[in-house]
Amino acid sequence: MNHTTRFPVVSRALHWLMALLVLAMIFIGIAMVASLSAYHRLIAIHRPLGILILLLVVVRLINRWVNPPPPLPADMPHWQRAAALGSHLLLYALLFALPLVGWGMLSAGGYPVVLYGPIHLPPILPHVAGLYAALRTTHTVLAFTLFAVFLAHLGAALMHALIYRDGVFQSMATWTRSARRRPTSPSRSRAAAH
Amino acid sequence: MPMSRYGLSPKELRASAPRLAVIVIALLITVVCFAGAAGWLSPGRLTPAGIVNTFQQVNGLYPGFRRNHAKGVCVTGYFDANGRGAVLSKALVFEPGRTPVFGRFALAGGHPFMVDVPGAVRSMALNFSLRDGQAWRTGMNDIAVFPVSTAAQFEAQLRASQPDPATGKPDPAQMSAFLAANPETVRAIALIRQTGFSSGFANSRFNSLDAFRFVDARGISRPVRWSMVPVDAFQPNQPTPAQSQDPNYLFDALIARVARGPVQWHLVVTVGQSGDVTDDATVPWPEDRTRIDVGTLTIDSISDEAHGMCRDINFDPLILPAGIAASDDPLLSARSAAYSRSFTRREGERKEPSMVQVPGTLALRSARGSLP
Repeated sequence: MNHTTRFPVVSRALHWLMALLVLAMIFIGIAMVASLSAYHRLIAIHRPLGILILLLVVVRLINRWVNPPPPLPADMPHWQRAAALGSHLLLYALLFALPLVGWGMLSAGGYPVVLYGPIHLPPILPHVAGLYAALRTTHTVLAFTLFAVFLAHLGAALMHALIYRDGVFQSMATWTRSARRRPTSPSRSRAAAH
Repeated sequence: MPMSRYGLSPKELRASAPRLAVIVIALLITVVCFAGAAGWLSPGRLTPAGIVNTFQQVNGLYPGFRRNHAKGVCVTGYFDANGRGAVLSKALVFEPGRTPVFGRFALAGGHPFMVDVPGAVRSMALNFSLRDGQAWRTGMNDIAVFPVSTAAQFEAQLRASQPDPATGKPDPAQMSAFLAANPETVRAIALIRQTGFSSGFANSRFNSLDAFRFVDARGISRPVRWSMVPVDAFQPNQPTPAQSQDPNYLFDALIARVARGPVQWHLVVTVGQSGDVTDDATVPWPEDRTRIDVGTLTIDSISDEAHGMCRDINFDPLILPAGIAASDDPLLSARSAAYSRSFTRREGERKEPSMVQVPGTLALRSARGSLP
């Protein structure tokens, strides 16, 4: 069995950059709503970072189309393939929806959507009280969902790295030239061939 | 069924136990960090939600209304900058010319149906809509200094003023204990009393209280405080017998005043010097600090909250245009955080009509031609 080895370098770079930004974003978001002293400093980062993530998600979707990811190992069970597909779809949907809901929520709340200094975005929704409240709640619910999906993603990545040792983790996490997905072990290949 | 690397036998599972433990620990650490950031591991810490909860506990819950400065009225008008502010701040609002403004006059306190009393603290909140789409929001009070310097003190003072369920009045012992523990509040209250209240909103001077920073075109930043200084002459605060019968006498006088003609204030910026306290709103700056009149605010229309522009707006004091920045005053971030929480709660609630009603349908506009 001959796997395509790794994610293309652009995909890996985008993945790890966004991993850093999204993790920072989740922690900034949960910390700022509970903090009186750090609220202002954190929200000043939260808004432009959210818009940056929105832009990067678009770049990633285009990149995914240009540089398709390597296939999953052929012997991976069906339920794990389904879980991988489902959780990645959910992850992309959340990374796209959260910044948009945030932007829409500020618009509906009559806030200026300030990025940095005089740089600001136009409103994308009308100023309506009930709409703001609904989107504000949605933003929280989606953010908690994102954290849950992130935990599942991290747990699955570590399972691939430490338990299954099937090269899936390495396909995203290695940078050296020689890294290859480990082929199925000979004894197990034999078993699988029967 | 053939075994694969994805299906672990009991023996393989035992062998993998340490590595499984590493995974579980990694996930647990992430969850604990998240819980820590969320404040769930420090339940005693004062949070934005905690302050808003205290307001609801002390005043009662009035859905749809602001949790503080609950009783108010909406106004609109404009700000004419004379250009003198442009020396201090690159904010577009200070370039010579006119900026549209809307705002809200209110009484401090979380009770939307409170009776207007001479001693109630009055506030003016404004939104300046800058020509490039930026906004400047500011909330000012008619007191000389703020009674507390931190959010924790503010919350403690609020708790000390909570009415005793038995008597319906605050427990004087609680307030005495608070004042004994907070001498800066005692000093601030003395300064506030020294200044005295005027007869109404239209001749009140409204002060930013918190310090901010003005940043000029070269990037030089200076500490400032600002005030809206009324054009209407000061008159002592002595309601007439007829006014004493009117539970809205302060607001009704403002409505009548706007109907007679536009009401004006001068925006006066006080420039601090190095060493002036910027992180304590209870401390006034020395009297000899430079004061610059940067323009005139004109209010020429008034509406009740259901018909005005101010109800569904968060007058967050840290919504600032480029050229105005926060100082190190801890109240600023705390106000921003707590206002946001109060805003989110009330925007999801059904709106009740304000106690302050403006006669007519939409907005009452000032009589024309009466500007000085």
